[in-house]
Amino acid sequence: MELELKQVRNTLIVRIEGELDMLAADQIREDIDKKIDNSEIKNLILNLEKVTFIDSSGLGMIIGRYKKLKGKNGRMFIAGARPQVEKILYFSGINKLISVYRNEQDIINLQGR
Amino acid sequence: MNVRNYCKLEIMSLPENVSFARACVGAFASQLGCTLEEIDEIKLVVSEAVSNSIIHAYENRGTELITIVVSLLDGRTLEIIVEDYGKGIEDVARVLQPSYSSEPSRMGLGFSFMKSFMDELEVISRPGEGTSVQMRRSFVSKDNEAYA
Repeated sequence: MELELKQVRNTLIVRIEGELDMLAADQIREDIDKKIDNSEIKNLILNLEKVTFIDSSGLGMIIGRYKKLKGKNGRMFIAGARPQVEKILYFSGINKLISVYRNEQDIINLQGR
Repeated sequence: MNVRNYCKLEIMSLPENVSFARACVGAFASQLGCTLEEIDEIKLVVSEAVSNSIIHAYENRGTELITIVVSLLDGRTLEIIVEDYGKGIEDVARVLQPSYSSEPSRMGLGFSFMKSFMDELEVISRPGEGTSVQMRRSFVSKDNEAYA
């Protein structure tokens, strides 16, 4: 699993590559929380373009970050999930809480309006 | 049902082994001629069952054993059995309820995925002795479809 974190003003962009299971979820949770807890970050864009697999541990990590940001009056977005990952996001109902977009740019355009 | 092929895998209860277990079962399932989407679903249910053993049965102790037995029955049915020797489940009916979770960070979706993506799911558990999760799913292979 590869992880890239980039901060743009008060938004954290997290790009994940690989399989999002319990092993990856623990590491990602730790890295994101470290960033959120030690900065002014309020919004999170989770880029799943290169995620090839997700299970309930991965979904739990996502929903946990959503709750954390909600507590800071922040927002969370998901970008670029592949069909097999998107299917699991919709099955879990996460898409009812977190908006799922085609790519990062769509979210940035939306925020700019 | 006749067993046409069989594979037994024993792993230590480490998070690193979850991806190995699902990849092995996915590769075994590919001989059924199922689609890539179906293989993804098989990998998902294996991931859920093995993760449950690590997190719940062994409470994240990485020194225990998990056994995964996968069988091909009558050429079109895949049977997957995931067994641990951990603390067991007191009330199986309760954990099979939708969205039940003793661990909020995993959303209680594990058994929901297993029920949804497999035709049959049976959970046999003895508190203090362990749990056996038995799943079956039948596939219509592309070869069979051609003769249908």
